[in-house]
Amino acid sequence: MAKIKLAKSKVDKLVEICKSFNNEGSELINVLHKAQETFGYLPAEVQEIIARELNVSVAHVYGVVTFYSFFSMVPKGEFPISICMGTACYVRGAEKVLEEFKRQLNVPVGETTEDGKFSISCLRCVGACGLAPVVTIGERVYGRVAAGDVADIIKEYQS
Amino acid sequence: MEKYKMHILICGGTGCRASASEAIQNNLQDALKAKGLEEEVQVVMTGCFGFCEKGPIVKILPDNTFYIEVKPEDAEEIIEEHIIKGRKVMRLLYTDPEKKEVVSDSKHMGFYKKQIRIALRNCGFINPENINEYIATDGYAALGKCLTEMTPQAVIDEIKESGLRGRGGGGFPTGLKWEFASKNEADQKYVVCNADEGDPGAFMDRSILEGDPHSVLEAMAICGYTMGADKGLIYIRAEYPLAIERLKVAIKQAREYGLLGKDIMGSGFNFDVEMRYGAGAFVCGEETALIHSMEGLRGEPTVKPPFPAESGYNGKPTNVNNVETFANVPVIINKGAKWFKKIGTEKSTGTKVFALAGKINNVGLIEVPMGTTLREVIYEIGGGIKDGKKFKAVQTGGPSGGCLTEKHLDTPIDFDNLLAVGSMMGSGGMIVMDEDDCMVSVAKFYLDFTVEESCGKCTPCRVGNKRLYELLDKITEGKGTKEDLDLLRNLSTVIKDTSLCGLGQTSPNPVLSTIENFYDEYIAHVEEHKCPSGQCKALMQYVIDPELCVGCTLCARNCPVDCIAGDRKEAHIIDTAKCIKCGACMEKCKFNAISIQ
Repeated sequence: MAKIKLAKSKVDKLVEICKSFNNEGSELINVLHKAQETFGYLPAEVQEIIARELNVSVAHVYGVVTFYSFFSMVPKGEFPISICMGTACYVRGAEKVLEEFKRQLNVPVGETTEDGKFSISCLRCVGACGLAPVVTIGERVYGRVAAGDVADIIKEYQS
Repeated sequence: MEKYKMHILICGGTGCRASASEAIQNNLQDALKAKGLEEEVQVVMTGCFGFCEKGPIVKILPDNTFYIEVKPEDAEEIIEEHIIKGRKVMRLLYTDPEKKEVVSDSKHMGFYKKQIRIALRNCGFINPENINEYIATDGYAALGKCLTEMTPQAVIDEIKESGLRGRGGGGFPTGLKWEFASKNEADQKYVVCNADEGDPGAFMDRSILEGDPHSVLEAMAICGYTMGADKGLIYIRAEYPLAIERLKVAIKQAREYGLLGKDIMGSGFNFDVEMRYGAGAFVCGEETALIHSMEGLRGEPTVKPPFPAESGYNGKPTNVNNVETFANVPVIINKGAKWFKKIGTEKSTGTKVFALAGKINNVGLIEVPMGTTLREVIYEIGGGIKDGKKFKAVQTGGPSGGCLTEKHLDTPIDFDNLLAVGSMMGSGGMIVMDEDDCMVSVAKFYLDFTVEESCGKCTPCRVGNKRLYELLDKITEGKGTKEDLDLLRNLSTVIKDTSLCGLGQTSPNPVLSTIENFYDEYIAHVEEHKCPSGQCKALMQYVIDPELCVGCTLCARNCPVDCIAGDRKEAHIIDTAKCIKCGACMEKCKFNAISIQ
């Protein structure tokens, strides 16, 4: 196991989270949810501490983290952009919108721009199909987005 | 509730909230306060009304006025005109697109006329965060009836008699499932609600949980009573924050009222509900995978038998039902199996909720009796195809279903009919496609989804779907051959026959149904290397018609890669080598001068 370099306060926080679920291995997914909520993502070190606290193997934790798309091992951007790729959005042109975001920000899906400002991800249906295609940036929802609107949307966050 | 003279209901579903329905609520309340009416008129945020296309929706009771596309700044006018002066705000009413008449009562709208709301009975009617409103609409009466007047077996018999089948996609008879779970003896049993709605483009379960969470809690308690379980678990997607919040409120209120917890209604029956969170894995909709995920493991399915009814969560007998299935239960107990059976068809009783979306005028959430035809749903309720285009296909059953065409439009929708024509009911996603949609791309879209969501445990699904995707990709790139079509078919059959769980057993359906119903389109791709709908990028070129172009420069200004050249008032030209085929120019052109070849 690699040496833990996380600040002690963060390690304590993680230990506390695990304890709040009685250090039960079966609560792993709930622990991961809480940890991601706290740290924003689940880097290897965080997984190692969780494995130690819940008394399960790191491989097991890693297996679960990589299985579920909700968990991320890389930090998201300051403004996480999610393009809905549900079928309703897809048939109304979500793919073109996604291509345009990728092109304008010059990052592939699942990664963050160098300045840490934007990250792009795809999600499956936010359930606002009446507004398709839908893009969410943080808490904000943009409905009926066309490829031509992308530049203006990005501009809103660049100042 | 009597003390209020009027009620203003606002849709608090996810779609309408995204369009500022909370700001509308605040403005309405402020306007009422300014007029000193806050004691007489109550503003209520409800669950989804279903007519998402025209959201945000505001409904006034008792006169049933249905306002559409309301904006926060309309609040003052609604109070001033409607509430105080009794005059309807005409500009916010719905106009029937055919008759051009204004319709103020939703009952008379084409969208609602054919609907019967059982599972959605309280959505858009009650405040989901107030248990009293649920109780006022017969809430928890069914649980009371079961606990005080019926034996567990009598409840099971009633559900069996009603013919209720699982609404999550499988269509397995619910009463039978309950009976299996009740017959297995154990010191601990579990009732699980599957709220892991993973089908992209479907939002039925979420709308029920957001609009009427108590109906699910009540049904889970009833199920617990029949099988002798005192623990309920709701497995819900973490991506549904609003539904999670409302469920938490509902569970807390039900506990306070003694409707969950120990000795419910003095009957000696104990039952409580906890939440478990999913983390974004489609395969967790499969019940064995769901159970493993609840145990903190990777959500991989296991071979059945043993069925969860024998060995489920923590190895104990477990009954898993979907949200919509549960939402039907209290009504069946209250009104009786005979009443329920009269709705729908002989083998598929009751109603089904569908999320109607895609290229259709009235996108939204609908509930229709089983046996309603696709044509009625698409044209009468859905209001036909958007922008006057031609209907091409309707996809039911999500990534497990198939694409149906014109010739299937008069098929009455039920579990067996949809299977017979190569699709399936699924959880209720219904996506309408028009002439602009390329069916090969649609099949590829679904396979892309399945490849990503396959858990990887069994080879046919993990490897087979990837190969299917690659073949489809090759065809959309214009490099496919006719032999590839045979290969697609063969491989599809193998995957269906040999996969471990429902995901792989159904994932080739979009491929098979599109080959079956749109063979010509596949042939055009592989023989002429053309995409008839102009969707496949590799097979198309954007061109400007010099006759129609007036040289307004709008396209050139909007081109993200500056590949359009031309002087003002002169016909423009696209440099096809530089063009990235994003379509921005065609979207912007006001003279229809740009087309795809």
